[in-house]
Amino acid sequence: MYVCHCGGNISDYVDVNRVVEAVREEPGVVVAREAMFTCSDASQQEIIRDIKEQELDGLVVASCSPRLHLHTFRDVAKRAGLNPYQYTQVNIREQCSWAHTGDREGATAKAIRLVRAGIARTRLTEPLQPLKIDTVPAVLVVGAGIAGLRAAIGLADTGISVYVVEREAAPGGRVARLGRMYPHGKRGRELINQLVEEVQKRENITLFTGAGLVEKSGSIGNFQVRIRVREPVESEIGVQVGAIIVATGFDLYQPREGEYGFGLEGVITLDDFLELLDAPGAGLNFRGREVKDVVYVYCVGSRQGAGGEGANRYCSRYCCNAAVHAASLAFDKSPGVRQYHLFRDMRTYGRFELFYQEALRRGAVFLKFDESEPPRVERGEGGKLKVTVKDLLTCGEEFELQADLVVLVTGMVPRENGKLVDILKLPVGRDGFFNEIHPKLRPVETVVDGLFICGTCQGPKNSSESVASALAAVTQSASILKKGYVELEPLVAAVDPRRCNWCGECAGTCPYSAIEREHYQDREVARVNEAVCKGCGGCVPSCSRGALNLKGYSDEQIRAMIDALAKEIC
Amino acid sequence: MSGQAGINSDFSPKILVFSTNNISDPGIDLAGSSHMHYPPSVTVISMPCTSGIRPEWIAYAVERGFDGVFLAADGEECAYLPDCAKRTSEIVRRAQELLEQKGYEPQRVRMSAICSVCAGPFTGHMKEFSEALKNLGPARKG
Repeated sequence: MYVCHCGGNISDYVDVNRVVEAVREEPGVVVAREAMFTCSDASQQEIIRDIKEQELDGLVVASCSPRLHLHTFRDVAKRAGLNPYQYTQVNIREQCSWAHTGDREGATAKAIRLVRAGIARTRLTEPLQPLKIDTVPAVLVVGAGIAGLRAAIGLADTGISVYVVEREAAPGGRVARLGRMYPHGKRGRELINQLVEEVQKRENITLFTGAGLVEKSGSIGNFQVRIRVREPVESEIGVQVGAIIVATGFDLYQPREGEYGFGLEGVITLDDFLELLDAPGAGLNFRGREVKDVVYVYCVGSRQGAGGEGANRYCSRYCCNAAVHAASLAFDKSPGVRQYHLFRDMRTYGRFELFYQEALRRGAVFLKFDESEPPRVERGEGGKLKVTVKDLLTCGEEFELQADLVVLVTGMVPRENGKLVDILKLPVGRDGFFNEIHPKLRPVETVVDGLFICGTCQGPKNSSESVASALAAVTQSASILKKGYVELEPLVAAVDPRRCNWCGECAGTCPYSAIEREHYQDREVARVNEAVCKGCGGCVPSCSRGALNLKGYSDEQIRAMIDALAKEIC
Repeated sequence: MSGQAGINSDFSPKILVFSTNNISDPGIDLAGSSHMHYPPSVTVISMPCTSGIRPEWIAYAVERGFDGVFLAADGEECAYLPDCAKRTSEIVRRAQELLEQKGYEPQRVRMSAICSVCAGPFTGHMKEFSEALKNLGPARKG
């Protein structure tokens, strides 16, 4: 048991020496020391020496938050030959000294309680081994858009077999329908053709089109997946994979009837407009009529106010760029066209800013409106549309614009994928897109081990960002599969079969289906599939017989900690 | 010191907080890192998820001398269980029932979602809960 001064961060507010003396006599304590910095090399060496010399079977360090040094000291334990799961980190900095800087007496008493609880917990730990699971060197990629295709190629080149499942009859997704793209000027179709060619060159990629998932079982390293195909004959194919990458893309926001005049002749979405711009020949025409005036309305279906149920609160982040790019393409096609952009805030980040500048230079007019007073789109005179907007850039002056086309700059929305969510247990965020574990540190991993997400199924992205995340998913999945095995945290739920008489209650609480039924001495009991269990403990309170425990957080351990925390300080 | 019923100006209610390793515990850490104060009679046990708390532990804590138990839940942010908030409230309900059976006020257990940057809300909850428990008096009467 070691108490850290943290150079003063702890000892300025907590009487460290008193803490050490107060717990020296606690049951189980053999060594009780203080250190200026327990994380320093010298202190780590001292701890290792103590563990070896005294043949200790538990370690407690009272220092900072476990988020900083839990793994440091688990590693110290390991180097000393002690099981790392018999280590407990007690947080007396963030949750004690720093939170009670004005109360040395109170903080010291609290530190004593916390250290006692840490010792009580440690006495009840058992040595645990990481769960080691062999992996199958194959990956399932769901979705053959730009992200899925690029991921498949990347994986195949590391020697991993890839199965790509695409719902549509042809690969390519949304990008296949795009015209000239920024910055290379290549058309979406060309990019996709290039990728599909590369896919076909690789024998270790199998592409199923017009196909879908029907079933998934197993866990990281060894999933069994059933794929239903329609061609040449409707049938089901079973494959075994070590990891799954989901790249199912997005849907476009579909405006409501009447939203900014949607439904009126000439009010179209950005997607429709891009198709128009991609039509062969010069000039810009809509249904046989020359287009002279275009009005864009930005943020349609994005950044919706908090009011509405199911409002899309997020920014779709690609649409400002796409609309400004469209303006450029429109000028190319018809240099005389007048273009009015009604925006809320321009978000042409990074080098897309150059496009914004170019659109301005070429004569596009930008008017800024407030969400509370949106532009009105009505039928105008002479077959034109009339758009009325209050422009904040000219102190709220009202403008009436005549337009041949009103382009609603629509954002991205999550796809309806209920069945896939169900089969793969995909975590869905509040905005309806799939959720990663951590947006910065684990951006393509999900809480389901071995299940990765990339591209726009996890949130709005442009195609280069989608590909970057696809390649991140390649790296993450390949790094697991190339090693041949995975090690999982052993802090999972466990059933005491002597107490269990299989009522099935716990199995119903587990959304990961980690609890199975098995035979135990002529009885039916529950069993936890350790490779599938996430270690949340959600099943624990469901057992009326107390047969379920989460390792590291057992009933005995929690009660011992409560006892230690409640005990008076003499 | 507990032991005296009624309002005692020296009475600092002992609060046990159950936090979660990935979300609310970092929020509580942040309160400390920002030197935001709350009573030192508040102590924390961190778990993977508040849906894994047995109601019996809450009742046990009160029986052992805690004056109140606070569940710092993940709410919508829980990475494990989409219905975590519902499950945690069910645990609170069952714990309140147990407390009543044992002769304690059900107000001694509370829950709220605490996010990983919810330092202010956490200290606010602790001060408020502490005041409420002062009015209620120590859990151990007489």
